[in-house]
Amino acid sequence: MSSTFQADAIDVVAEHTISDRLARRRLRHAKERLIEFILFLAASVSVATTIGIVLILLKESYDFFQVVSIWAFLTDTMWTPLFSEPRYGILPLLSGTLVSSAVALLVAIPLGTIIAIYLSEFAPFGVREVAKPFLELLAGVPTIVYGYFALLFVTPLLQQLIPSLPGFNLLSAGIVMGIMIIPTVSSVSEDAMRAVPMALREGSYAMGATRFQTAIRVVTPAAFSGIAAAYILGISRAVGETMILAVAAGMQPNLTWNPLEPAATITAYIVQVALGDLPHGSIGYQTIFAAGLTLALVTLCFNVLGHLLRKRYRQAY
Amino acid sequence: MSSASTNVREIRALIAAHKRWDVVFALLGLLALMVGVLTFVALFGQMVVDGATRLSWDFFTSYPSRKAAQAGILSAWVGSVLVMIVTACAAVPLGVGAGVYLEEYAPRNWMTDLIEINVTNLAGVPSIVYGLLALGLFVYGFGLGQSILTAGLTLALLILPVVIVATREAIRAIPAAIREGSYALGATQWQTTIHHILPYSMAGIITGVIIGMSRAIGETAPIITIGALTFIAFLPPSPVSATPPFLSFEWLLSPFTVMPIQMFNWTSRPEAAFQHNAAAAGLVLVVMTLAMNGLAIYLRYRLRKNIKW
Repeated sequence: MSSTFQADAIDVVAEHTISDRLARRRLRHAKERLIEFILFLAASVSVATTIGIVLILLKESYDFFQVVSIWAFLTDTMWTPLFSEPRYGILPLLSGTLVSSAVALLVAIPLGTIIAIYLSEFAPFGVREVAKPFLELLAGVPTIVYGYFALLFVTPLLQQLIPSLPGFNLLSAGIVMGIMIIPTVSSVSEDAMRAVPMALREGSYAMGATRFQTAIRVVTPAAFSGIAAAYILGISRAVGETMILAVAAGMQPNLTWNPLEPAATITAYIVQVALGDLPHGSIGYQTIFAAGLTLALVTLCFNVLGHLLRKRYRQAY
Repeated sequence: MSSASTNVREIRALIAAHKRWDVVFALLGLLALMVGVLTFVALFGQMVVDGATRLSWDFFTSYPSRKAAQAGILSAWVGSVLVMIVTACAAVPLGVGAGVYLEEYAPRNWMTDLIEINVTNLAGVPSIVYGLLALGLFVYGFGLGQSILTAGLTLALLILPVVIVATREAIRAIPAAIREGSYALGATQWQTTIHHILPYSMAGIITGVIIGMSRAIGETAPIITIGALTFIAFLPPSPVSATPPFLSFEWLLSPFTVMPIQMFNWTSRPEAAFQHNAAAAGLVLVVMTLAMNGLAIYLRYRLRKNIKW
């Protein structure tokens, strides 16, 4: 009698702990899944951001294109949305953006490439260790500070050389922007060059090539798609740069291909409107979204192109 | 005999000529680096020359003013600090969470691919486009107005890719054996993450956060785009008070200005006196970002030296 009772009691206890354990395990499992879901939500914020950008730009631009035809937007040569007789041609803003970006690239691409080749193939260890953090610091300077530098240092300097240069011009803004982009171009290109397998260099040296020949004829072509991706990254940074241009290139829309003239870029126009006090929902308010959409599309094209190129060079070795 | 020795001499001359290019290019490389160095020296020097005389205690404790000599950056630096607090509170949990998810949890499927491509693409979106997003969504969509909260959240979205990428790289450097050891002892995925993965990747994550924050503190364009006022001669309401409930979050919805906007405002004035103020504000800004970047570089250097798995 007593023994059965004991056995029962043991059974009860055992059953209790097992179901208890199972319950605890189930709870733990639920907690794990909940945490995973929360982390997933954090990761999806980035997707939500993209969707938000696309929706906002499209919605406000849609309202804008109800008033202005896309054809007029793309072909009109005047951008005067805040005048009493408004004209909505994006070309003047686009020309300012393209000219300033071209100047920036003429500075950044040669210098950035030379620095990349030098750091990857020539520089002694000590120089590399100092130069790379320094370039990072150069990239970390706020763009408004570069704008100040372009307006109050580079422009007066250039005016010594070209006396007719106006106080606001695309040239000095472009040059400073180019210097700002050098670290982007050089660090991405250098990464691509360092990814080139050592065997290629060794083969080249074994054939009696010098360092320079190896760098130019073996390493650079092998890393070419990565270097091209660096250039494209530089282009998309130049196109999207705002403060240097808003400060140093003026805010007057000007359809010109001459870097010595002042001109507004797409980004500078957005800043100019935002500094004023345009009522929400007005056509003037919508213009900045149409301009922003143009900008986003231009940079998106370059980013996709760069992404494809980078993918190719990753697959190469 | 003599023709052989001429041949050897010719070859030597050829080699010497080719080797000369090595030297020429090495010099060219140093020269190109010097362009960067000189620019930096000129930029810093110009601001010191223009702005150093304006730097004084009063400059940090005065509001902006219509008189250049009395103007200061009190409201600007307080605004910057408050905006950075909001940015950090939003960007760090979201960015680290997303990084942990992508490295430790995410299944290999189209959704994960989508998130990954997205993060790469977001890093290439111009900052002013984030400003437009914030203007349409936070300012008018959610009705947050041109407030500290709006600015902080905007900058948080802007630096999110930086934090995510840094977190992922830091986690990827942890060897699989650490995870396997933890799982072998019966730890769950979350226990492994919180007790092992996060602590071991902390230095790398902090480096990324600092770099992101130093970028956010210098960002001007998105904040101008949300329509932040440029002349603010008051401070947001204090977050702490002497009477219950002691903590107040009114400051989140207060209008504000930040350092780069104050500097932009002064730079765009024609009077030289205001431009000296801009130089002084720029100097403070550059020293701040350089200090943050320097700290990040140092941390990474220490990290590379110390950790041997």
